[in-house]
Amino acid sequence: MPLYWLFLIVIAIASIGYFMGRSRALASAGGSIQGLHSLPSYYGYNVALTVVTPALGLLVLWLLAQPLYIDNRVTSLIPETSVAEGSNLSLVMSDVRRVAEGLNVLVDTGRMSEDDVTAMRSEFTNVRDRLGEVGVALGSNVEPAILDAAQQYRTMSNTGARLMWVAVLLVALGGFGVSYIVTHKDFRARNTVENGILLVLMGAASIAILTTLGIVLSMLFETRNFFSAHPWQDFFFGTVWSPDFRGDSDLAILPLLWGTLYISLVALLVAVPVGLFAAIYLSEYASKRVRSFAKPLIEILAGIPTIVYGLFALITIGPMLRDYFAQPLGLGESSSSVMTAGLVMGIMLIPFVSSLSDDIINAVPQAMRDGSYGLGATQSETIRQVIVPAALPGIVGAVLLAASRAIGETMIVVLGAGAAAAQFDRGLGELVNPFEAMTTVTVKIVSQLTGDTDFSSPETLVAFALGLTLFVITLCLNVLALWIVRRYREQYE
Amino acid sequence: MTDMTAGPASDDTPAKKSSILSLDVRTKKRNAAEARFKLYGIIAISVAVLALLFLMTSIIKNGSGAFYQTFITLDVQLAEDKLDKTGTRDRAEMAKVSTFGYAPLIRDAMDAAIAAKGIEIEGLDDPQDLISREAAAQMRNFVLANPEVVGETRTFEFVASGRIDGYYKGRVTMASAELDGNISPQQLQLADALKEAGVLETRFNWNFMVWPDASENRPEVAGLGVAILGSLYMMIVVLLLALPIGVAASIYLEEFAPKNRITDLIEVNISNLAAVPSIVFGILGLAIFINFAGLPQSAPIVGGLVLTLMTLPTIIIATRASLKAVPPSIREAALGVGASKMQTVFHHVLPLAMPGILTGTIIGLAQALGETAPLLLIGMVAFVREYPSGPPEGFFDPASALPVQVYNWTQRADPAFVERASGAIIVLLVFLLAMNTLAIILRRRFERRW
Repeated sequence: MPLYWLFLIVIAIASIGYFMGRSRALASAGGSIQGLHSLPSYYGYNVALTVVTPALGLLVLWLLAQPLYIDNRVTSLIPETSVAEGSNLSLVMSDVRRVAEGLNVLVDTGRMSEDDVTAMRSEFTNVRDRLGEVGVALGSNVEPAILDAAQQYRTMSNTGARLMWVAVLLVALGGFGVSYIVTHKDFRARNTVENGILLVLMGAASIAILTTLGIVLSMLFETRNFFSAHPWQDFFFGTVWSPDFRGDSDLAILPLLWGTLYISLVALLVAVPVGLFAAIYLSEYASKRVRSFAKPLIEILAGIPTIVYGLFALITIGPMLRDYFAQPLGLGESSSSVMTAGLVMGIMLIPFVSSLSDDIINAVPQAMRDGSYGLGATQSETIRQVIVPAALPGIVGAVLLAASRAIGETMIVVLGAGAAAAQFDRGLGELVNPFEAMTTVTVKIVSQLTGDTDFSSPETLVAFALGLTLFVITLCLNVLALWIVRRYREQYE
Repeated sequence: MTDMTAGPASDDTPAKKSSILSLDVRTKKRNAAEARFKLYGIIAISVAVLALLFLMTSIIKNGSGAFYQTFITLDVQLAEDKLDKTGTRDRAEMAKVSTFGYAPLIRDAMDAAIAAKGIEIEGLDDPQDLISREAAAQMRNFVLANPEVVGETRTFEFVASGRIDGYYKGRVTMASAELDGNISPQQLQLADALKEAGVLETRFNWNFMVWPDASENRPEVAGLGVAILGSLYMMIVVLLLALPIGVAASIYLEEFAPKNRITDLIEVNISNLAAVPSIVFGILGLAIFINFAGLPQSAPIVGGLVLTLMTLPTIIIATRASLKAVPPSIREAALGVGASKMQTVFHHVLPLAMPGILTGTIIGLAQALGETAPLLLIGMVAFVREYPSGPPEGFFDPASALPVQVYNWTQRADPAFVERASGAIIVLLVFLLAMNTLAIILRRRFERRW
């Protein structure tokens, strides 16, 4: 039976519990609400919560733990000899899982009975053909050891699933029993329920911490695997990026980092002046009508998904730059280039810079403006010599936030920047040519992790090291920017 | 000021005396600087607005073609001796006839139509190439669904091949057809003649929104059906998870959390998560949900979970802002008449904050709908032609997503896919526009100023 049935059954027990708990409390008070400690519904909620929370908690934990446990047990069953040359244990395990799944399908669709499957021997049955019938394609016929492991895997997961049903239902019924028994007119149901809800709220709030922890741990773990397969010196200090899925590849981050920083620089050169001047104009000069019209228009730019910008770079800006600038100037033939990605990313960043700067400029106290006007300064002099210096820390924070966006941006560079890594040995001219295609950290994360991936080769694992580096860089920029902005805000509060 | 201290000395130079009616050089300079500065601002705003307009026109110009499609209407004789040799109308028997068995019927129908309209073009061969290769499969599905039509002559509306479609959209010309292995100028002439005869027409193509993706060489039948369904499923997951979790977290942080280290840690975490690059969430999804928890690749449930984690900060920030906007007098009044803290929040504060929370949620959902990068890493790029089944099983079936479908199409060689990709973007933008409009209406309609 599918899992959601279990879920529904638990919910059903809980709702029955609600009504039973409620009526039991009322009965214990002789049917009058005055005799109760809490409102009757709280007695019901108490029973329902005691049923749902532990049972569903157990369900989630079980679902997470069971595959780990079974994998562990089954892995120990696979003999060394079954791991072929050039393969590894995790590949064999994925074969085992596929065979086990296939056997499940065979039973489910009624092609074989449960007993036949358990008695199946690869010496007598062509397992591959039988599995092929139900759409599970295997590379070669199944070895006896693998089939054994798969059958073990099946038995264990079936037993595990059955045990889980029993355990979850027992916990749910147990919770029901306990909470039903304690339901009495003097039971402080409201306090209990409110404490329970508070725990749930705290749990929800801590998901943020869990997410960060998940990000850091998952990347640290895989990065460690990467560094055990590939020297870290080459990753951080090497100068060549040329992955080769046959092994022995150069995986250095510097060429990618160069592309990332260069494109971000171009983007900021577009976004910062435009965004800053737009913010100044909107907050200092624009009439109410212009402001109410221009501000939302600029903010639309922030709401457009990055894939749209990517496509814009790919089909419009890229060919345009190539035809009107790169080719006539003899600077390059490629439509994907640093300039293409940088320009489009700059457009994307305009609203980030402008709306943050707008807030910050508006936070500069009016008294400072008035003082400057009083001394005879014109409006632009006031802005240049009083407001912008006063707002500078905040503006720097805004630019840093925009820089962190630019460094972590993916779709625009995937579609607009090209796939070839910068080559340091080709000389400076090619390195700083903005019409040259250049790749970035994020592009390589995407290209190393999509398609056929093998999580034991350094060529795949390098993506996690790249991701961790990216995470650390953007985290530092964000923390710095938030710190600057916060200190700035405090200054005028 | 200098004039005053200089005193009578300045009397010798009356010509330099300044007047409020004629500006001196320095004032002119300052005024010019003022005007220039203002102009920079205007230029900056025009650059931003023009960029937006350019982006929109470019996408609309490239993509509007995707909603139009060239169709060819033919009468096909569904010969019994070809489609159902046994004559029993037994579906299992009829299913043995592959699409190759249907192709000759279309070719005959095409020849018949050409002959009937009296079209003669020298050097024309393979007139059936005007019709999409998908046509045979469509016809086969129709016949297998309605076995009783075998033996009759039925009128079918076939999709024209991508090159013919491109011819009427300006992508393919006589000159390019000379060099093209897939189409010849004679076939284009035939298309023109058929159009004149009313057999071939270009019209609005609703199927673009319904059909699933199609293979590399059949851009004409590629559609967004699976992608829209996949995106819808993911949005359902995000809504079901992110809204309750986000609201619960915000209530805790805003109303109950004590001021201590842990609360600070949570707050710093949330503001950082809001700025973590989206691709990092993709890596998280791949490592935790797929490799560790063993959830299937390309499934909407995984995409939904990843997007939930990404959307949470947005929803939390919006919810906290609207909880904060509820004046303390409401809380105090509720506490004053004997409500507990929890009752105050759930009975009074939360309902008043609801419009703001919903607005924030819709904006968060809109962000999630357009997110691409993390979905690439969890395998949503896979080529999926099967519609996912209904929920809840459908959440675990492979599916695509709107923005990922766009990316997918940009990676294909045939330029017809660029048009499809831009068309998909238009669909995506229309959805986003609808969601944001809903958010604005909600805010206008229900937001209270205290």
